[in-house]
Amino acid sequence: MTNIETDMTHVDQEEAARARRDQILKIAKWTLPSLVMVLTLLGWHLYVTLWEVPHYILPGPLLVLEKLINDWDLLWAATLTTGRLTLLALVFAILGGGMLAVAFTQSKWIEMSFFPYAVILQVTPVVAIAPLLQIYLDSPFVAALLCAWIVAFFPILSNTTVGLKSTDRNLEDLFTIYGASRWQRLRYLAAPSALPYFLSGLKIAGGLALIGAVVAEFVIGRAGTGLGLASTLLEASYRFNFGRLYAALILISLMGVTIFAVMSLISHLALFRWHESALKKDG
Amino acid sequence: MEKTFHGGVIALRNMNLTVNEGDFISLLGPSGCGKSTALKLVTGLMQPTSGRIDWASDNGSGNLGVVFQEPTLMPWAQVMDNVYLPFRIRGVPFAEVRDEVLEVLRLVGLEKFQRAFPRELSGGMKMRVSIARALVTKPRLILMDEPFAALDEITRFKLNNDLLSLREKIGCTVIFVTHSVFESVFLSDRVVVMAARPGRVIEELTVDAPYPRSEEFRTSVEYARYCRLASTALHRATGEAA
Repeated sequence: MTNIETDMTHVDQEEAARARRDQILKIAKWTLPSLVMVLTLLGWHLYVTLWEVPHYILPGPLLVLEKLINDWDLLWAATLTTGRLTLLALVFAILGGGMLAVAFTQSKWIEMSFFPYAVILQVTPVVAIAPLLQIYLDSPFVAALLCAWIVAFFPILSNTTVGLKSTDRNLEDLFTIYGASRWQRLRYLAAPSALPYFLSGLKIAGGLALIGAVVAEFVIGRAGTGLGLASTLLEASYRFNFGRLYAALILISLMGVTIFAVMSLISHLALFRWHESALKKDG
Repeated sequence: MEKTFHGGVIALRNMNLTVNEGDFISLLGPSGCGKSTALKLVTGLMQPTSGRIDWASDNGSGNLGVVFQEPTLMPWAQVMDNVYLPFRIRGVPFAEVRDEVLEVLRLVGLEKFQRAFPRELSGGMKMRVSIARALVTKPRLILMDEPFAALDEITRFKLNNDLLSLREKIGCTVIFVTHSVFESVFLSDRVVVMAARPGRVIEELTVDAPYPRSEEFRTSVEYARYCRLASTALHRATGEAA
């Protein structure tokens, strides 16, 4: 009896230690990056003040914060502009990539004919295509949108195509036996099978749409979209307004983080009930 | 119901099999003997190179139930929706067949899990869902392709018993592919022993034991005798192939 009891307490201690360790890890996950952030800002501030670095070479964090607050109206308008371009490109990437993927899987001929060109479009750097778009398209906005779209649509196309093809063979047979139509097969079998693939493509595409939008703003300029974050950044650099440049940079990067977080949330909500990737370790 | 077919040359040679209404037939044989090919011919997934399948009733081939070796469930759909699938493909609204779906889930003992997702179920439970899906349209013929091969023996025995009692209630015809002698003898009233290369029937063994069969049958002398007969035939099948 005593032996068993000691064993029990021993296990309990071990469990308690494990729980404590988990708790610490959970806290560290948030505190450590925050600490790194604070230390970096502090180091940055000290470097700028102690060495008297001129603000047109490296603005201190306080100056950036000041610009962020004082120029907020301008920066927020620029954020909305870039955000709109990014989201629009992403929406078209989802539509275009998704529909093209369906077309590819429905017909081998279409896939054979067009897939190589989708790859070529993808591997050609968009910076090299953008000036051409600007020349050939009357509307600079459409040129900018197309530019961002080209970058964003490929991961959705290729992931969704793979997903649509990776259906369970036995389920395919079952659908055949029950006499399912092409549409039913797509709707009830291929589409749900492709969903996890599509969503991981979406995560990549979200980030790429932002990159495409930034490139478009750089190359096509404010004529295309109005004053976006990237054009603001470029203009600030011409004027040696480095405080504003850093403020715009921070906003671009926050936008990227936000897009990624939203895409991850969408993916989690769509998959957590059934997909293995969303399975908790101890579930 | 009656059917006769002479199958494709390599996978299956001169296979002649008559299945009567209410039969429980096992196709027993080594890998590559064409058991699964035979099933695929019956389902229409494959066409015979020569020969044909005759159905006694007109709609015979239209109403089949199929169970594969894997549970083959849609992981994104709840148990209920998985079972509803055959009706969904036929365009029957869920409200109309709700009772049938729940009834068949009750028969396989999973009515409490109708809202569960496949990943939340054990291997045996998934297989029950798969069987429920095959039964839900009340097919006259059910084809099972080594459905319990991937399960542990305890679960398999349990499902063997459950399958027999299900059949008592529903009264359907079953063609069951297996490479387990014990399973084939326990379940069926006819064991068709097949050999490989080329796939062909080498013996038909009638298991003349009344249903319902219980755990007692599993340990009876009679059962052992049939197992020995089937086993000998199977040895002959593998011996010929080697």
